[in-house]
Amino acid sequence: MSGAGTAPGGDLPGVTATGAERGRVLAERAAGGERLALARLLTEIENRTWAGEAALRMLYPRAGRAHLIGVTGAPGAGKSTLVAALVGEARKGGRAVAVLAVDPSSPITGGAILGDRVRMQSYAADSGVFIRSMAARGHAGGLATTSVAAAAVLDAAGFELVLIETVGTGQSEVEVAAIADTTVVVQAPEMGDEVQAIKAGLLEVADIVVVSKGDRPGAQRAASQLRAMLTVGAREDRAAAGRPRPKRPEVLLVSAVSGEGVVELLAALDRRFDREARAAGGADRPIDAQRLARAEAQLSGVLSERMADRLRDPRRAADLRAAARAVAAHEMDPYTAADRLLESL
Amino acid sequence: MADRPIKVLIAKPGLDGHDRGAKVLARGLRDEGFEVIYTGLRQTPEMVVSAALQEDVDVVGLSILSGAHMTLLPRIVAGLRTQGLDDVLVTAGGIIPDADVAALQEAGINRIFGPGTTIGQVAEYIRSNVRKADGE
Ligand SMILES: Nc1nc2c(ncn2[C@@H]2O[C@H](COP(=O)(O)OP(=O)(O)OP(=O)(O)O)[C@@H](O)[C@H]2O)c(=O)[nH]1
Ligand SMILES: [Mg+2]
Repeated sequence: MSGAGTAPGGDLPGVTATGAERGRVLAERAAGGERLALARLLTEIENRTWAGEAALRMLYPRAGRAHLIGVTGAPGAGKSTLVAALVGEARKGGRAVAVLAVDPSSPITGGAILGDRVRMQSYAADSGVFIRSMAARGHAGGLATTSVAAAAVLDAAGFELVLIETVGTGQSEVEVAAIADTTVVVQAPEMGDEVQAIKAGLLEVADIVVVSKGDRPGAQRAASQLRAMLTVGAREDRAAAGRPRPKRPEVLLVSAVSGEGVVELLAALDRRFDREARAAGGADRPIDAQRLARAEAQLSGVLSERMADRLRDPRRAADLRAAARAVAAHEMDPYTAADRLLESL
Repeated sequence: MADRPIKVLIAKPGLDGHDRGAKVLARGLRDEGFEVIYTGLRQTPEMVVSAALQEDVDVVGLSILSGAHMTLLPRIVAGLRTQGLDDVLVTAGGIIPDADVAALQEAGINRIFGPGTTIGQVAEYIRSNVRKADGE
Protein backbone atom coordinates (compact mmCIF):
# COMPACT_ATOMS: atom_id res chain seq x y z
CA MET A 1 0.00 0.00 0.00
CA SER A 2 0.86 3.67 -0.16
CA GLY A 3 3.84 4.85 -2.08
CA ALA A 4 4.63 7.78 -4.27
CA GLY A 5 2.93 7.72 -7.61
CA THR A 6 0.23 5.25 -6.62
CA ALA A 7 -2.16 7.78 -5.21
CA PRO A 8 -4.82 9.15 -7.57
CA GLY A 9 -3.41 11.94 -9.65
CA GLY A 10 0.11 10.79 -8.84
CA ASP A 11 0.31 12.97 -5.75
CA LEU A 12 2.49 12.10 -2.84
CA PRO A 13 1.04 10.25 0.12
CA GLY A 14 -0.41 12.48 2.74
CA VAL A 15 -1.30 15.30 0.41
CA THR A 16 -4.15 13.63 -1.47
CA ALA A 17 -7.29 14.63 0.30
CA THR A 18 -9.17 13.01 -2.56
CA GLY A 19 -7.49 9.67 -1.96
CA ALA A 20 -8.20 9.73 1.75
CA GLU A 21 -11.75 10.89 1.14
CA ARG A 22 -12.37 8.13 -1.39
CA GLY A 23 -10.94 5.64 1.10
CA ARG A 24 -13.22 6.92 3.84
CA VAL A 25 -16.33 6.65 1.68
CA LEU A 26 -15.43 3.18 0.42
CA ALA A 27 -14.66 1.97 3.94
CA GLU A 28 -17.99 3.19 5.29
CA ARG A 29 -19.98 1.71 2.48
CA ALA A 30 -18.10 -1.59 2.45
CA ALA A 31 -18.56 -1.97 6.20
CA GLY A 32 -22.23 -1.11 5.71
CA GLY A 33 -22.66 -4.08 3.39
CA GLU A 34 -22.40 -2.51 -0.07
CA ARG A 35 -20.77 -5.13 -2.24
CA LEU A 36 -19.68 -2.82 -5.02
CA ALA A 37 -17.92 -0.58 -2.50
CA LEU A 38 -16.26 -3.65 -0.98
CA ALA A 39 -15.07 -4.80 -4.40
CA ARG A 40 -13.71 -1.34 -5.25
CA LEU A 41 -12.01 -1.08 -1.90
CA LEU A 42 -10.30 -4.43 -2.45
CA THR A 43 -9.00 -3.04 -5.73
CA GLU A 44 -7.54 -0.06 -3.90
CA ILE A 45 -5.89 -2.50 -1.50
CA GLU A 46 -4.52 -4.57 -4.39
CA ASN A 47 -3.22 -1.47 -6.10
CA ARG A 48 -1.78 -0.28 -2.82
CA THR A 49 -3.20 3.19 -3.16
CA TRP A 50 -3.44 5.90 -0.61
CA ALA A 51 -7.23 5.48 -0.62
CA GLY A 52 -6.85 1.83 0.27
CA GLU A 53 -4.50 2.63 3.08
CA ALA A 54 -6.75 5.35 4.44
CA ALA A 55 -9.69 2.91 4.40
CA LEU A 56 -7.67 0.27 6.17
CA ARG A 57 -6.69 2.67 8.91
CA MET A 58 -10.38 3.29 9.51
CA LEU A 59 -11.46 -0.34 9.31
CA TYR A 60 -8.66 -1.93 11.28
CA PRO A 61 -10.28 -1.48 14.71
CA ARG A 62 -13.41 -3.23 13.43
CA ALA A 63 -11.52 -6.24 12.14
CA GLY A 64 -10.27 -9.14 14.23
CA ARG A 65 -13.55 -10.99 14.60
CA ALA A 66 -13.35 -13.31 11.61
CA HIS A 67 -11.71 -16.71 11.57
CA LEU A 68 -8.99 -16.41 8.92
CA ILE A 69 -8.39 -19.82 7.41
CA GLY A 70 -5.50 -20.44 5.05
CA VAL A 71 -6.02 -23.29 2.58
CA THR A 72 -2.87 -24.37 0.81
CA GLY A 73 -1.49 -27.39 -1.02
CA ALA A 74 0.11 -28.48 -4.27
CA PRO A 75 -1.39 -27.42 -7.62
CA GLY A 76 -4.53 -29.43 -8.32
CA ALA A 77 -4.72 -30.89 -4.80
CA GLY A 78 -8.39 -29.96 -4.59
CA LYS A 79 -8.19 -26.68 -2.66
CA SER A 80 -10.82 -24.73 -4.56
CA THR A 81 -13.29 -27.61 -4.59
CA LEU A 82 -12.78 -28.00 -0.85
CA VAL A 83 -13.21 -24.28 -0.26
CA ALA A 84 -16.46 -24.36 -2.24
CA ALA A 85 -17.68 -27.29 -0.14
CA LEU A 86 -16.79 -25.45 3.08
CA VAL A 87 -18.60 -22.36 1.86
CA GLY A 88 -21.70 -24.48 1.22
CA GLU A 89 -21.53 -26.03 4.68
CA ALA A 90 -21.02 -22.69 6.42
CA ARG A 91 -23.95 -21.24 4.51
CA LYS A 92 -26.23 -23.95 5.86
CA GLY A 93 -25.64 -22.35 9.22
CA GLY A 94 -26.26 -18.92 7.76
CA ARG A 95 -22.70 -17.74 8.31
CA ALA A 96 -21.31 -15.10 5.96
CA VAL A 97 -18.22 -16.39 4.18
CA ALA A 98 -15.58 -14.68 2.07
CA VAL A 99 -12.97 -16.32 -0.10
CA LEU A 100 -9.67 -14.82 -1.20
CA ALA A 101 -8.10 -16.94 -3.92
CA VAL A 102 -4.50 -15.97 -4.54
CA ASP A 103 -2.64 -17.14 -7.63
CA PRO A 104 0.88 -16.31 -8.78
CA SER A 105 1.65 -13.54 -11.25
CA SER A 106 4.01 -14.15 -14.14
CA PRO A 107 7.30 -12.59 -13.11
CA ILE A 108 7.93 -11.78 -16.76
CA THR A 109 4.73 -10.20 -18.06
CA GLY A 110 3.05 -9.42 -14.72
CA GLY A 111 -0.06 -11.17 -16.03
CA ALA A 112 -1.95 -13.93 -14.25
CA ILE A 113 -4.68 -16.47 -14.75
CA LEU A 114 -6.99 -16.63 -11.78
CA GLY A 115 -9.03 -19.78 -12.21
CA ASP A 116 -10.14 -20.80 -8.73
CA ARG A 117 -13.57 -19.24 -9.17
CA VAL A 118 -14.49 -21.94 -11.65
CA ARG A 119 -15.22 -24.26 -8.72
CA MET A 120 -17.12 -21.67 -6.72
CA GLN A 121 -19.66 -20.30 -9.12
CA SER A 122 -22.78 -21.74 -7.55
CA TYR A 123 -23.02 -18.95 -4.99
CA ALA A 124 -23.68 -16.13 -7.47
CA ALA A 125 -27.10 -15.30 -6.07
CA ASP A 126 -26.05 -15.58 -2.41
CA SER A 127 -25.24 -12.24 -0.81
CA GLY A 128 -23.70 -14.04 2.17
CA VAL A 129 -20.81 -15.20 0.00
CA PHE A 130 -18.11 -12.99 -1.47
CA ILE A 131 -15.33 -14.41 -3.61
CA ARG A 132 -12.34 -12.47 -4.75
CA SER A 133 -9.35 -13.61 -6.79
CA MET A 134 -6.01 -11.93 -6.33
CA ALA A 135 -2.80 -12.09 -8.28
CA ALA A 136 0.23 -12.18 -6.00
CA ARG A 137 1.95 -9.38 -8.00
CA GLY A 138 5.26 -9.92 -6.26
CA HIS A 139 5.52 -6.99 -3.90
CA ALA A 140 8.33 -6.26 -1.51
CA GLY A 141 6.15 -7.19 1.45
CA GLY A 142 5.19 -10.48 -0.17
CA LEU A 143 1.79 -12.07 0.12
CA ALA A 144 1.56 -10.88 3.66
CA THR A 145 0.80 -7.21 3.19
CA THR A 146 -1.85 -7.30 0.47
CA SER A 147 -3.62 -10.46 1.61
CA VAL A 148 -3.68 -9.45 5.25
CA ALA A 149 -5.06 -6.09 4.28
CA ALA A 150 -7.70 -7.66 2.04
CA ALA A 151 -8.61 -10.17 4.74
CA ALA A 152 -8.92 -7.37 7.28
CA VAL A 153 -11.31 -5.53 4.96
CA LEU A 154 -13.47 -8.65 4.53
CA ASP A 155 -13.34 -9.20 8.27
CA ALA A 156 -14.46 -5.62 8.95
CA ALA A 157 -17.22 -6.06 6.35
CA GLY A 158 -18.72 -8.70 8.61
CA PHE A 159 -17.64 -12.03 7.13
CA GLU A 160 -17.33 -14.63 9.86
CA LEU A 161 -15.08 -16.92 7.92
CA VAL A 162 -12.42 -15.73 5.50
CA LEU A 163 -10.91 -18.57 3.49
CA ILE A 164 -7.60 -17.74 1.83
CA GLU A 165 -6.55 -20.15 -0.91
CA THR A 166 -2.92 -20.15 -2.06
CA VAL A 167 -0.91 -22.62 -4.06
CA GLY A 168 1.73 -24.24 -1.92
CA THR A 169 4.85 -24.09 -4.02
CA GLY A 170 7.46 -22.87 -1.61
CA GLN A 171 7.31 -19.55 0.12
CA SER A 172 3.61 -18.87 -0.23
CA GLU A 173 2.39 -21.50 2.21
CA VAL A 174 4.67 -20.17 4.89
CA GLU A 175 3.32 -16.73 4.19
CA VAL A 176 -0.29 -17.84 4.32
CA ALA A 177 0.37 -19.66 7.58
CA ALA A 178 1.74 -16.43 8.96
CA ILE A 179 -1.43 -14.52 8.13
CA ALA A 180 -4.08 -17.11 9.00
CA ASP A 181 -5.50 -18.17 12.35
CA THR A 182 -5.68 -21.72 11.07
CA THR A 183 -3.83 -23.32 8.19
CA VAL A 184 -5.33 -26.24 6.28
CA VAL A 185 -2.96 -28.17 4.05
CA VAL A 186 -4.71 -30.10 1.31
CA GLN A 187 -3.10 -33.27 0.14
CA ALA A 188 -4.35 -35.39 -2.75
CA PRO A 189 -4.30 -39.14 -2.09
CA GLU A 190 -2.07 -40.07 -5.03
CA MET A 191 0.91 -42.16 -3.98
CA GLY A 192 4.19 -40.45 -3.42
CA ASP A 193 2.59 -37.15 -2.67
CA GLU A 194 2.90 -37.46 1.08
CA VAL A 195 6.64 -37.92 0.85
CA GLN A 196 6.86 -34.89 -1.39
CA ALA A 197 4.77 -32.86 0.98
CA ILE A 198 7.08 -33.71 3.82
CA LYS A 199 10.13 -32.86 1.75
CA ALA A 200 8.65 -29.55 0.74
CA GLY A 201 7.91 -28.67 4.33
CA LEU A 202 4.31 -28.09 3.41
CA LEU A 203 3.00 -30.15 6.28
CA GLU A 204 5.00 -28.19 8.81
CA VAL A 205 2.66 -25.26 8.55
CA ALA A 206 -0.52 -27.35 8.87
CA ASP A 207 -2.93 -27.10 11.77
CA ILE A 208 -5.21 -29.47 9.89
CA VAL A 209 -4.22 -31.78 7.05
CA VAL A 210 -7.01 -32.68 4.66
CA VAL A 211 -6.58 -35.71 2.47
CA SER A 212 -8.78 -34.65 -0.41
CA LYS A 213 -10.67 -36.62 -3.04
CA GLY A 214 -11.70 -39.11 -0.35
CA ASP A 215 -13.93 -40.86 -2.86
CA ARG A 216 -10.88 -42.07 -4.79
CA PRO A 217 -9.30 -45.45 -4.26
CA GLY A 218 -6.36 -45.30 -1.88
CA ALA A 219 -7.53 -42.16 -0.12
CA GLN A 220 -8.21 -43.95 3.13
CA ARG A 221 -4.78 -45.51 3.08
CA ALA A 222 -3.06 -42.21 2.29
CA ALA A 223 -4.80 -40.66 5.30
CA SER A 224 -3.63 -43.48 7.61
CA GLN A 225 -0.08 -43.19 6.33
CA LEU A 226 0.00 -39.46 6.86
CA ARG A 227 -1.46 -39.85 10.33
CA ALA A 228 1.24 -42.38 11.17
CA MET A 229 4.02 -40.22 9.80
CA LEU A 230 2.87 -37.14 11.62
CA THR A 231 2.63 -39.03 14.90
CA VAL A 232 6.24 -40.20 14.55
CA GLY A 233 7.25 -36.62 13.98
CA ALA A 234 5.43 -35.60 17.11
CA ARG A 235 7.14 -38.22 19.27
CA GLU A 236 10.61 -37.23 18.12
CA ASP A 237 9.68 -33.71 18.86
CA ARG A 238 9.00 -34.42 22.51
CA ALA A 239 12.64 -35.48 22.89
CA ALA A 240 13.92 -32.29 21.33
CA ALA A 241 13.10 -29.97 24.17
CA GLY A 242 13.69 -26.29 23.67
CA ARG A 243 13.77 -26.46 19.89
CA PRO A 244 10.99 -25.06 17.71
CA ARG A 245 8.33 -27.75 17.69
CA PRO A 246 6.47 -28.87 14.66
CA LYS A 247 2.70 -28.66 14.92
CA ARG A 248 0.69 -31.84 15.38
CA PRO A 249 -2.00 -31.51 12.84
CA GLU A 250 -5.24 -33.44 12.74
CA VAL A 251 -5.60 -35.49 9.57
CA LEU A 252 -9.06 -35.54 8.02
CA LEU A 253 -10.31 -37.40 5.00
CA VAL A 254 -12.68 -35.32 2.88
CA SER A 255 -14.43 -35.81 -0.40
CA ALA A 256 -15.71 -32.56 -1.77
CA VAL A 257 -17.55 -34.55 -4.42
CA SER A 258 -19.56 -36.82 -2.10
CA GLY A 259 -19.57 -34.32 0.73
CA GLU A 260 -18.06 -36.85 3.11
CA GLY A 261 -16.00 -35.25 5.86
CA VAL A 262 -16.99 -31.65 5.12
CA VAL A 263 -19.12 -31.29 8.26
CA GLU A 264 -16.26 -32.72 10.32
CA LEU A 265 -13.77 -30.32 8.76
CA LEU A 266 -15.90 -27.30 9.56
CA ALA A 267 -16.36 -28.60 13.10
CA ALA A 268 -12.59 -29.05 13.46
CA LEU A 269 -12.06 -25.51 12.24
CA ASP A 270 -14.63 -24.17 14.68
CA ARG A 271 -12.99 -25.99 17.57
CA ARG A 272 -9.78 -24.16 16.84
CA PHE A 273 -11.36 -20.79 17.12
CA ASP A 274 -13.00 -19.26 20.10
CA ARG A 275 -15.73 -17.38 18.41
CA GLU A 276 -17.17 -15.86 21.56
CA ALA A 277 -13.86 -14.39 22.61
CA ARG A 278 -13.39 -12.89 19.19
CA ALA A 279 -16.90 -11.52 19.12
CA ALA A 280 -15.96 -9.43 22.14
CA GLY A 281 -13.86 -7.40 19.77
CA GLY A 282 -11.59 -4.46 20.49
CA ALA A 283 -9.05 -4.63 23.29
CA ASP A 284 -10.90 -7.45 25.07
CA ARG A 285 -9.81 -9.81 22.36
CA PRO A 286 -7.29 -12.36 23.57
CA ILE A 287 -3.96 -12.07 21.81
CA ASP A 288 -2.61 -15.52 21.14
CA ALA A 289 0.82 -16.39 19.82
CA GLN A 290 -0.55 -16.88 16.32
CA ARG A 291 -2.13 -13.46 16.31
CA LEU A 292 1.07 -11.87 17.53
CA ALA A 293 3.08 -13.67 14.87
CA ARG A 294 0.66 -12.43 12.26
CA ALA A 295 0.95 -8.86 13.47
CA GLU A 296 4.72 -9.18 13.31
CA ALA A 297 4.64 -10.54 9.76
CA GLN A 298 2.29 -7.79 8.77
CA LEU A 299 4.37 -5.10 10.36
CA SER A 300 7.60 -6.26 8.80
CA GLY A 301 5.84 -6.56 5.43
CA VAL A 302 4.67 -2.97 5.65
CA LEU A 303 8.10 -1.88 6.82
CA SER A 304 9.78 -3.48 3.79
CA GLU A 305 7.27 -1.81 1.52
CA ARG A 306 7.68 1.55 3.15
CA MET A 307 11.43 1.21 2.83
CA ALA A 308 11.24 0.15 -0.83
CA ASP A 309 8.86 3.02 -1.56
CA ARG A 310 11.16 5.55 0.01
CA LEU A 311 14.16 4.22 -1.83
CA ARG A 312 12.23 4.48 -5.06
CA ASP A 313 11.31 8.07 -4.35
CA PRO A 314 12.56 10.14 -7.31
CA ARG A 315 14.40 12.45 -4.94
CA ARG A 316 16.46 9.51 -3.79
CA ALA A 317 17.02 7.92 -7.18
CA ALA A 318 20.36 9.67 -7.62
CA ASP A 319 21.68 8.34 -4.30
CA LEU A 320 20.56 4.85 -5.20
CA ARG A 321 22.22 5.04 -8.60
CA ALA A 322 25.44 6.42 -7.16
CA ALA A 323 25.52 3.61 -4.60
CA ALA A 324 24.89 0.98 -7.27
CA ARG A 325 27.70 2.42 -9.34
CA ALA A 326 30.09 2.34 -6.40
CA VAL A 327 29.18 -1.29 -5.73
CA ALA A 328 29.52 -2.23 -9.41
CA ALA A 329 32.97 -0.66 -9.47
CA HIS A 330 33.85 -2.52 -6.27
CA GLU A 331 34.64 0.77 -4.61
CA MET A 332 32.14 -0.06 -1.93
CA ASP A 333 30.72 -3.35 -0.74
CA PRO A 334 26.93 -3.81 -0.96
CA TYR A 335 26.55 -4.03 2.83
CA THR A 336 28.13 -0.67 3.50
CA ALA A 337 26.20 0.85 0.62
CA ALA A 338 22.90 -0.51 1.94
CA ASP A 339 23.65 0.71 5.46
CA ARG A 340 24.41 4.21 4.20
CA LEU A 341 21.20 4.31 2.17
CA LEU A 342 19.19 3.15 5.17
CA GLU A 343 20.77 5.78 7.37
CA SER A 344 19.86 8.47 4.88
CA LEU A 345 16.15 7.53 4.93
CA MET B 1 -2.17 4.17 -13.91
CA ALA B 2 0.80 2.95 -15.83
CA ASP B 3 1.87 -0.24 -14.13
CA ARG B 4 -1.35 -1.58 -12.68
CA PRO B 5 -2.45 -4.72 -14.51
CA ILE B 6 -5.84 -4.56 -16.24
CA LYS B 7 -8.32 -7.11 -14.91
CA VAL B 8 -10.38 -9.08 -17.38
CA LEU B 9 -13.16 -11.56 -16.69
CA ILE B 10 -13.40 -14.28 -19.32
CA ALA B 11 -16.74 -16.06 -19.10
CA LYS B 12 -18.62 -18.52 -21.21
CA PRO B 13 -22.35 -17.99 -20.94
CA GLY B 14 -24.66 -20.51 -22.53
CA LEU B 15 -24.90 -24.25 -22.60
CA ASP B 16 -22.28 -25.37 -25.10
CA GLY B 17 -19.46 -27.41 -23.70
CA HIS B 18 -16.44 -26.02 -25.53
CA ASP B 19 -14.09 -23.69 -23.74
CA ARG B 20 -10.92 -24.24 -25.71
CA GLY B 21 -11.16 -20.88 -27.40
CA ALA B 22 -11.90 -19.11 -24.15
CA LYS B 23 -8.94 -20.78 -22.47
CA VAL B 24 -6.60 -19.88 -25.31
CA LEU B 25 -7.78 -16.28 -25.02
CA ALA B 26 -7.30 -16.33 -21.24
CA ARG B 27 -3.77 -17.62 -21.60
CA GLY B 28 -2.96 -15.20 -24.39
CA LEU B 29 -4.17 -12.22 -22.39
CA ARG B 30 -2.17 -13.40 -19.40
CA ASP B 31 0.91 -13.38 -21.63
CA GLU B 32 0.00 -9.83 -22.66
CA GLY B 33 0.23 -8.84 -19.00
CA PHE B 34 -3.45 -8.87 -18.06
CA GLU B 35 -4.87 -10.40 -14.91
CA VAL B 36 -7.45 -12.81 -16.23
CA ILE B 37 -10.22 -14.21 -14.08
CA TYR B 38 -11.53 -17.33 -15.70
CA THR B 39 -14.92 -18.64 -14.60
CA GLY B 40 -15.43 -21.59 -16.86
CA LEU B 41 -18.33 -23.07 -18.77
CA ARG B 42 -22.10 -22.66 -18.59
CA GLN B 43 -22.25 -19.34 -16.84
CA THR B 44 -25.64 -17.81 -16.22
CA PRO B 45 -25.93 -14.03 -16.62
CA GLU B 46 -26.22 -13.81 -12.80
CA MET B 47 -22.92 -15.63 -12.38
CA VAL B 48 -21.17 -13.37 -14.86
CA VAL B 49 -22.52 -10.22 -13.24
CA SER B 50 -21.72 -11.37 -9.73
CA ALA B 51 -18.17 -12.33 -10.71
CA ALA B 52 -17.63 -9.02 -12.51
CA LEU B 53 -18.81 -7.15 -9.43
CA GLN B 54 -16.88 -9.07 -6.80
CA GLU B 55 -13.71 -9.10 -8.87
CA ASP B 56 -14.11 -5.43 -9.83
CA VAL B 57 -12.88 -6.17 -13.32
CA ASP B 58 -12.16 -3.57 -15.96
CA VAL B 59 -13.32 -5.76 -18.81
CA VAL B 60 -15.87 -8.54 -19.25
CA GLY B 61 -15.03 -10.77 -22.22
CA LEU B 62 -17.83 -13.12 -23.22
CA SER B 63 -17.21 -16.11 -25.39
CA ILE B 64 -20.34 -17.61 -26.83
CA LEU B 65 -20.87 -20.41 -29.28
CA SER B 66 -24.32 -21.64 -28.35
CA GLY B 67 -26.33 -19.28 -30.54
CA ALA B 68 -28.09 -17.80 -27.52
CA HIS B 69 -26.17 -14.53 -27.75
CA MET B 70 -29.20 -12.38 -28.57
CA THR B 71 -30.84 -13.27 -25.26
CA LEU B 72 -27.85 -13.81 -22.97
CA LEU B 73 -25.57 -10.91 -23.90
CA PRO B 74 -28.13 -8.11 -23.44
CA ARG B 75 -29.16 -9.65 -20.11
CA ILE B 76 -25.57 -9.58 -18.93
CA VAL B 77 -25.13 -5.93 -19.93
CA ALA B 78 -28.39 -5.03 -18.21
CA GLY B 79 -27.29 -6.88 -15.08
CA LEU B 80 -23.96 -5.07 -15.01
CA ARG B 81 -25.71 -1.71 -15.30
CA THR B 82 -28.16 -2.60 -12.53
CA GLN B 83 -25.24 -3.34 -10.23
CA GLY B 84 -23.66 0.00 -10.99
CA LEU B 85 -20.92 -1.39 -13.22
CA ASP B 86 -21.39 1.26 -15.88
CA ASP B 87 -17.79 1.76 -16.83
CA VAL B 88 -16.88 -1.87 -17.46
CA LEU B 89 -15.86 -2.61 -21.02
CA VAL B 90 -17.91 -5.50 -22.45
CA THR B 91 -16.66 -7.49 -25.40
CA ALA B 92 -17.90 -10.66 -27.05
CA GLY B 93 -16.54 -13.25 -29.40
CA GLY B 94 -17.27 -16.71 -30.65
CA ILE B 95 -19.93 -17.38 -33.24
CA ILE B 96 -21.92 -14.23 -33.76
CA PRO B 97 -23.42 -13.56 -37.21
CA ASP B 98 -22.70 -10.15 -38.74
CA ALA B 99 -26.43 -9.50 -38.89
CA ASP B 100 -26.63 -9.46 -35.08
CA VAL B 101 -23.66 -7.18 -34.44
CA ALA B 102 -25.50 -3.88 -34.69
CA ALA B 103 -28.27 -4.99 -32.35
CA LEU B 104 -25.77 -6.23 -29.78
CA GLN B 105 -23.81 -3.00 -29.91
CA GLU B 106 -27.08 -1.18 -29.47
CA ALA B 107 -27.66 -3.32 -26.37
CA GLY B 108 -24.35 -2.14 -24.90
CA ILE B 109 -21.74 -4.65 -26.01
CA ASN B 110 -18.76 -2.41 -26.72
CA ARG B 111 -17.05 -4.62 -29.23
CA ILE B 112 -17.68 -7.88 -31.01
CA PHE B 113 -14.65 -9.78 -32.22
CA GLY B 114 -15.15 -11.83 -35.36
CA PRO B 115 -13.44 -15.08 -36.24
CA GLY B 116 -9.75 -14.69 -36.95
CA THR B 117 -9.20 -11.87 -34.47
CA THR B 118 -5.76 -12.23 -32.95
CA ILE B 119 -5.00 -12.02 -29.25
CA GLY B 120 -2.80 -9.06 -30.00
CA GLN B 121 -5.79 -7.24 -31.50
CA VAL B 122 -7.97 -8.01 -28.48
CA ALA B 123 -5.21 -6.83 -26.13
CA GLU B 124 -4.73 -3.66 -28.12
CA TYR B 125 -8.45 -2.92 -28.16
CA ILE B 126 -8.68 -3.41 -24.39
CA ARG B 127 -5.66 -1.25 -23.65
CA SER B 128 -6.95 1.65 -25.64
CA ASN B 129 -10.58 1.46 -24.50
CA VAL B 130 -10.49 0.36 -20.88
CA ARG B 131 -11.89 2.79 -18.32
CA LYS B 132 -9.38 5.56 -18.17
CA ALA B 133 -10.11 6.97 -14.76
CA ASP B 134 -8.12 5.10 -12.16
CA GLY B 135 -10.94 3.76 -10.04
CA GLU B 136 -13.43 6.52 -10.91
N1 LIG C 1 -12.82 -37.35 -7.25
C1 LIG C 1 -12.65 -36.15 -6.73
N2 LIG C 1 -12.03 -35.19 -7.45
C2 LIG C 1 -11.85 -33.98 -6.89
C3 LIG C 1 -12.28 -33.68 -5.57
N3 LIG C 1 -11.94 -32.41 -5.29
C4 LIG C 1 -11.33 -31.93 -6.39
N4 LIG C 1 -11.28 -32.86 -7.36
C5 LIG C 1 -10.72 -32.68 -8.71
O1 LIG C 1 -9.37 -32.31 -8.63
C6 LIG C 1 -9.04 -31.35 -9.65
C7 LIG C 1 -8.43 -30.12 -9.04
O2 LIG C 1 -9.37 -29.51 -8.18
P1 LIG C 1 -9.24 -28.01 -7.70
O3 LIG C 1 -10.23 -27.82 -6.60
O4 LIG C 1 -9.30 -27.07 -8.82
O5 LIG C 1 -7.76 -28.03 -7.12
P2 LIG C 1 -6.88 -26.80 -6.63
O6 LIG C 1 -5.98 -27.33 -5.58
O7 LIG C 1 -7.73 -25.65 -6.26
O8 LIG C 1 -6.06 -26.46 -7.93
P3 LIG C 1 -5.14 -25.16 -8.23
O9 LIG C 1 -5.85 -23.98 -7.64
O10 LIG C 1 -5.08 -25.12 -9.70
O11 LIG C 1 -3.83 -25.42 -7.59
C8 LIG C 1 -10.34 -31.08 -10.37
O12 LIG C 1 -10.37 -31.82 -11.55
C9 LIG C 1 -11.40 -31.53 -9.41
O13 LIG C 1 -12.58 -31.95 -10.06
C10 LIG C 1 -12.93 -34.73 -4.83
O14 LIG C 1 -13.35 -34.58 -3.68
N5 LIG C 1 -13.07 -35.94 -5.46
MG1 LIG D 1 -7.66 -23.66 -6.92
